[in-house]
Amino acid sequence: MDRIDVVTKGSRWIPRLAVALVPLGFLGIFYFYPLAGIFHRSFFSGEIFSMAALLDLATSRRMAGIVWFTLWQAGISTLLTLVCALPCAYVMANFDFKAKKLIMTLATIPFVLPTIVVAAAFQALAGENGFVAGLNLEHSIAMIFLAHVFYNFSVVLRITTGFWSFLQQQTREAAAMLGASPWQVFFKVTLPLLRPAILASAILVFIFCFSSFGVILVLGGPKFATVEVEIYRQAAHLFNLPGAAVLSLFQIGFTFGMMWVYTSLQKRITTFIPQSQSQGLKQVVTLKEKFMVATCVGFILVFCLAPMAALVIKSLVFEGGLSLAFYKELFLNTSGSLFYVSPVDAVENSLVFAAATLALAVVIGVCAASTIQRSKKRIGALLDPIFMLPLSTSAVTLGFGIIITLDKPPLNLRTSVMLVPIAHTLVAFPFVVRSVLPAISSIPASLREAASLLGATPARVWFHVDLPIMARAITAGAVFAFTMSLGEFGATLFIARPEYSTMPVAIYRFLGQPGTMNYGQAMAVSSMLMLVTAVGFLFIERFRSFGDQGF
Amino acid sequence: MIHPISKVISLVMVFSLVMAFSLTGCSRDDRIKESDAVREITLMTHDSFSASARVIEAFEKKNHAKIVFLKSGDAGEALNKAILSRNNPLADLFYGVDNTFISRALAEDLFLPYSSPMLAHVDESLRLDPENRLVPVDYGDVCINYDRHWFIEKNIAPPETLEDLLEPRFKGLTVVENPATSSPGLAFLLTTVARFGEQGYLDFWQQLKNNDVLITSGWKEAYWGKFSAASEGTRPVVVSYASSPAAEVYFSKTPMETAPTGVMTGHGTAFRQIEFAGILKGTQKPALAKKLMDFLLSKEFQEDIPLQMFVFPANNEATLPEVFTKHATITDEPAVIDYKTISEKRDTWIEQWTESML
Repeated sequence: MDRIDVVTKGSRWIPRLAVALVPLGFLGIFYFYPLAGIFHRSFFSGEIFSMAALLDLATSRRMAGIVWFTLWQAGISTLLTLVCALPCAYVMANFDFKAKKLIMTLATIPFVLPTIVVAAAFQALAGENGFVAGLNLEHSIAMIFLAHVFYNFSVVLRITTGFWSFLQQQTREAAAMLGASPWQVFFKVTLPLLRPAILASAILVFIFCFSSFGVILVLGGPKFATVEVEIYRQAAHLFNLPGAAVLSLFQIGFTFGMMWVYTSLQKRITTFIPQSQSQGLKQVVTLKEKFMVATCVGFILVFCLAPMAALVIKSLVFEGGLSLAFYKELFLNTSGSLFYVSPVDAVENSLVFAAATLALAVVIGVCAASTIQRSKKRIGALLDPIFMLPLSTSAVTLGFGIIITLDKPPLNLRTSVMLVPIAHTLVAFPFVVRSVLPAISSIPASLREAASLLGATPARVWFHVDLPIMARAITAGAVFAFTMSLGEFGATLFIARPEYSTMPVAIYRFLGQPGTMNYGQAMAVSSMLMLVTAVGFLFIERFRSFGDQGF
Repeated sequence: MIHPISKVISLVMVFSLVMAFSLTGCSRDDRIKESDAVREITLMTHDSFSASARVIEAFEKKNHAKIVFLKSGDAGEALNKAILSRNNPLADLFYGVDNTFISRALAEDLFLPYSSPMLAHVDESLRLDPENRLVPVDYGDVCINYDRHWFIEKNIAPPETLEDLLEPRFKGLTVVENPATSSPGLAFLLTTVARFGEQGYLDFWQQLKNNDVLITSGWKEAYWGKFSAASEGTRPVVVSYASSPAAEVYFSKTPMETAPTGVMTGHGTAFRQIEFAGILKGTQKPALAKKLMDFLLSKEFQEDIPLQMFVFPANNEATLPEVFTKHATITDEPAVIDYKTISEKRDTWIEQWTESML
């Protein structure tokens, strides 16, 4: 046994390093290098830099308030998201019922919607003239929470469901046979086994809310500011680069610290033998079960579908009647603008970018997760936080960094189309890492050892043991990578050659000028964006079935 | 049964094909450009820039050139990107420095002076830089817009002066943008400084706050989210542009005689926003850049501006489209405030405003 270990270790060293170089190289070139550039420029350019001014900023009461607000709103948003999503994940993971896939898809669509469009949807539902009038949430902290849960609900739902449905039925049955009550089974067996997935999704949601920008500006109103909003204000409007850089460093440092604590406290491996989903799913039989499923489906329909339906209705109602006028108008370039993009091209561009992002993010994310899992605990605890950093780094700061660093051949990317999938992948691959890591760590070493003893090469072991078990988790990560790209707007706009316009860019273009046709067309493109997203999910999930066959 | 691995491989293959296709697609474009010796010239600008394909093509054909547009965020962000990339410029020209940013842009020494012959057709009042490093290309007035139907229905007179907004009958009716994150918001703040002076403007705002004004982060949120004439919002008074009614008419499916919105521009209640363009220092194609600058000021491009960006052309020979002459307004008495004072004081004013309003 020992000898085999030595042999395999020796021969695995090089491929492992190669695998590790994929995510590290990508981050090094497209993330750390630009950031180092902008920090260097901010602090050492010699022009306006003064330590005193920085200290002022760091110690000002306003800044302390902003940091404190950023933290507590993110904490509460995360808790609320967990409270809403975990019961639904239980239902999704344990019961088999009609239209389950559709419900899951509906819950994930909000992720791609621009905040300004979500604001319009909420306004239609809960505004002063809305269906649920009287709920005066306008520019309140409640509105921020609502929007954060709306956006992030599916992150917890998807990641936890994926993991939960893999939990071995027998463990729970054994506990029950030994006399444990259902609650005891849940708290003593299920919850500890689920913990990695719950924590992983909670971390993602927290980082998202921590660096929240659009939701705060658009739905929260100018009274609220997160660190991310303040960076934008400092950098883009006050031209205070050192100030923005200090705040960005704080964001990065905080995320790193939080992730480091999280990964260090994490028990290394939760071992269980996964089983295929089909065996574990129950049919809905008893009244109690029917009630649970109905509540979950009802919640998702009201919470996720209603705002989206409001948008679709807006896109279809013209002068009091149902009409396709706005959709027809999309095909016409009435003003002859150079920046006009036909809906067909917008959909195609969006899909090409999203597919490229998905491919890049899955490859880089899986390599990153494998690297974390296989490296020594101390190194893994360092790498894991590093891979999460791009998610919480201010887009303005990174954008500025790219402009001043990636400006010479061979990396003259500032104005290249390639910048779009690269920028999208930076924020997409952490999702793959987070969703794959719990699955990959759950694979018992004995499985791999058995396979190698039977003569499988490391590559074969990976393909036959690791990959099938990870498949479901990869799908969950891939779905988010795909949605991140479909909804992203800033990087895409920068390379705004008319021929590369995407759906979100079209939405913003329409909303840039007054007029009912502009508004209607923005709603029509939003509806198309939702439809394309839904179809994309169903397509991605078709590939998932191999996960079930794996075992 | 299809083997699981073959599915994975096919998935990866499909996506790499898509990637490869998109990649070769763009490099092929580049090659054609080079082999035809079409010279590329890059124009850096902000998100709201637009132009007719027909007009741009005319320039490209005539000069055997291709204009690449770089939309670099909002006006402030775009300018900052130009400043950051000064040593290795992203573009040859920059379009869209406004009169609240002009001092900053000039102080950074980003632009080459160029006295285009076309400047003869531009009013002296718009030309703020005597050295012509930045030349005016368009302008428009930021002012209060109101929902005509709402005021007719309620039988209330629409506002005519800033003080009107403080009246009890205007309680809870107004929505404005945060000057720290929105350029019309900043323009309106400057209007109040011009009208009430540095000593009195905060008083006005305090009273506006007492009259239940709503503040949003940007124009989109205000206009599409809160303004009763354009959304489910309930507020009939919003800070927008004096040309917004023309856009309302132009972008309506059915022809309208009167715009659904009205504007308040008299008595120094509108702020004139002037946009400038300049040739960036470090351009490798100064001759072509000058040609493009002449073109930006030419009648052809200038007449295209109103319906593309809903602002007024700087060239006084450009004919306005009918929808502009009928529904867009330009005031004879804009708020007067020196652009040098603006750049000196803007941060202080924004800070004071933030402290008292948020």
